[in-house]
Amino acid sequence: MIEFPPGLLLILGAILVPLLPQIVRNAYMLALPVIGFWGLLMLPEGVHFAFDMFGYTLAPVRVDGLSLVFGYIFHIAAAISIIFAFHVKDTVQQMAGLIYAGAAIGGVFAGDLISLFVYWEGTAIASVFLIWSSRTEASYRSGMRYLTIQVGSGVLLLAGTILYFKNTGSIEFTKMGLTGIGPALIFIAFGIKAAFPLLHNWLQDSYPEATVTGTVFLSAFTTKLAIYALARGFPGTDMLIWIGAAMAIFPIFYAIIESDLRRVLAYSLNHQLGFMVVGIGIGTELSLNGTTAHAFASVLYKGLLFMSMGAVLYRTGTIKSSELGGLYKSMPYTAAFCIIGAATISAFPLLSGFISKSLIISASAKEGYMIVWLVLLFASVGAIFHSGIRIPYFTFFHKDSGMRPKEAPTNMLVAMAIAAFLCIAVGVYPAPLYEILPFQIKYVPYTTTHVVTQLQLILFAALAFAFFIKKGLYPSQLKSINLDFDWTYRRLLPTILKGLVSIIIPADKFVRTVFLNRVERLITGVFRHHGPEGLLARTWPTGSTVLWVAVLLALYMLFYFI
Amino acid sequence: MTDQPKPDDKSYWLDNEKNVKKIIVALIIASVVSVLADFFYHKHVVFEVEGIPGMYAWYAILSAAVVVIGAWIFRKLLMRSEDYYDEGDND
Repeated sequence: MIEFPPGLLLILGAILVPLLPQIVRNAYMLALPVIGFWGLLMLPEGVHFAFDMFGYTLAPVRVDGLSLVFGYIFHIAAAISIIFAFHVKDTVQQMAGLIYAGAAIGGVFAGDLISLFVYWEGTAIASVFLIWSSRTEASYRSGMRYLTIQVGSGVLLLAGTILYFKNTGSIEFTKMGLTGIGPALIFIAFGIKAAFPLLHNWLQDSYPEATVTGTVFLSAFTTKLAIYALARGFPGTDMLIWIGAAMAIFPIFYAIIESDLRRVLAYSLNHQLGFMVVGIGIGTELSLNGTTAHAFASVLYKGLLFMSMGAVLYRTGTIKSSELGGLYKSMPYTAAFCIIGAATISAFPLLSGFISKSLIISASAKEGYMIVWLVLLFASVGAIFHSGIRIPYFTFFHKDSGMRPKEAPTNMLVAMAIAAFLCIAVGVYPAPLYEILPFQIKYVPYTTTHVVTQLQLILFAALAFAFFIKKGLYPSQLKSINLDFDWTYRRLLPTILKGLVSIIIPADKFVRTVFLNRVERLITGVFRHHGPEGLLARTWPTGSTVLWVAVLLALYMLFYFI
Repeated sequence: MTDQPKPDDKSYWLDNEKNVKKIIVALIIASVVSVLADFFYHKHVVFEVEGIPGMYAWYAILSAAVVVIGAWIFRKLLMRSEDYYDEGDND
């Protein structure tokens, strides 16, 4: 058995993609994550392929409980996303998807901060092509913003690593906590990719601009790599509890009023990350297991939701909630898969969201964080509202839009079916997932109390939704955009710069005029003295020079004596 | 990629208002049952408030109201026309 670094197979494998004929290409691409997954099962725990470079000990592959869970789900997500994209013939997207997935997988196995940095930037650079592949003006600009922010995150990571190395003499990627400026920079770098409040907007800006299949890839990797990195480097950092709580709440309101349904899902993704960040902040074995399990589950149901909306966009050409409705009539399978994804994010019993989210909520209660616990329950109702009901309701039911698009292509249905099956399987039989979590603890999700209370939460949220719709109190589906933090760099900063320019240009002009006048006078002056007729331009005989030197010497002597 | 054959005249189960009503009635019954269930088992609670019968139902209603009111406020403050940033459509 030859061991190979996880992720590298997908990255190197991507190079062959353009050389292969279309017939075998799909099978080849799907084989890469399948073989990679198999290789992962064979890989023993510990550090592999370590080597020294420039005095640093690099550990490109470190296998342990935490990295394995993320490694497994990333391989599964890659395989599902590749199947979903079987109909795509664009080699740029195919290669970008593989390299991106491979870099994310490599990232979760990176045992040192330098290797992590390399993969970190790899995900940024590969994934932007999934956005640019939409080949629209909007996607180009959005991709540029995305790339700037993502690469910026990498630069912070590198700067933090250098400072961390200076203080500790180590670049091992392990629990560091907020112990100085180096780790603080690394914390911010992770926070950008994890879409912390105010650092979040690249997510909602770019994901809806990517291609139908690109968004499915994007939803799985970048943010979960960041969650992994936070769980590795900063478990038990109190600040994360409150950051996570804020993250779990504020995107809800945007997700209710946003009209682009893929953007709704991007807000919804951001809000689900909030739960995971809270789990990292609490930092107990139960809560960290919860974060890991929830990341695993959310890759599947979030992917499923993005796939269903991608299928709708692919068939109807729009994803604006104001233009959709009644699609269950001609896309019943897509509708059914979407509902499974929606019920999973609502944490309906017997689905994976129920058995993963409850670990985090239980941990918050167990540690006595009552406010956080109430916030997470509130956020759960929010999830039921914006993703659990709103997404399927306004797409597939509500008013009949008159559109009768064809059912999604077979490959898309297969990909959705696999994700839906896994959502149910993990929910019904959570033992295997609990088994692979980083900490061995006993947790029983299906207690009477838990099932009944969760059903109350879901049923009454649904009832409230029906009431608001009936009374016309639910915010109507309008074609619009809603300002978010990206306004600061898409509108405010450019406006300030424009304002500065309007002050600077006249000021600059004034300075130049004054300066030019001076220069002109100087030139005239110089010309007077040094010009052809100037006093200083005449050729002087050597004798007179000697005389002048003698005069200077005499003066010098005189002053010396005085 | 638009693919829209003409709307068919086929009638679907949900087109009938009566059936929609049936779903709502079923939802109401299920909700009531879930609250009544609170009286028939021993609830394991961490915080005292959890012990109040139907606490999760009340909390869901309260949260739903906050979500919708918050959304209206967000819309009032932050909604702009679609071409605000003027970058072309993403469809």
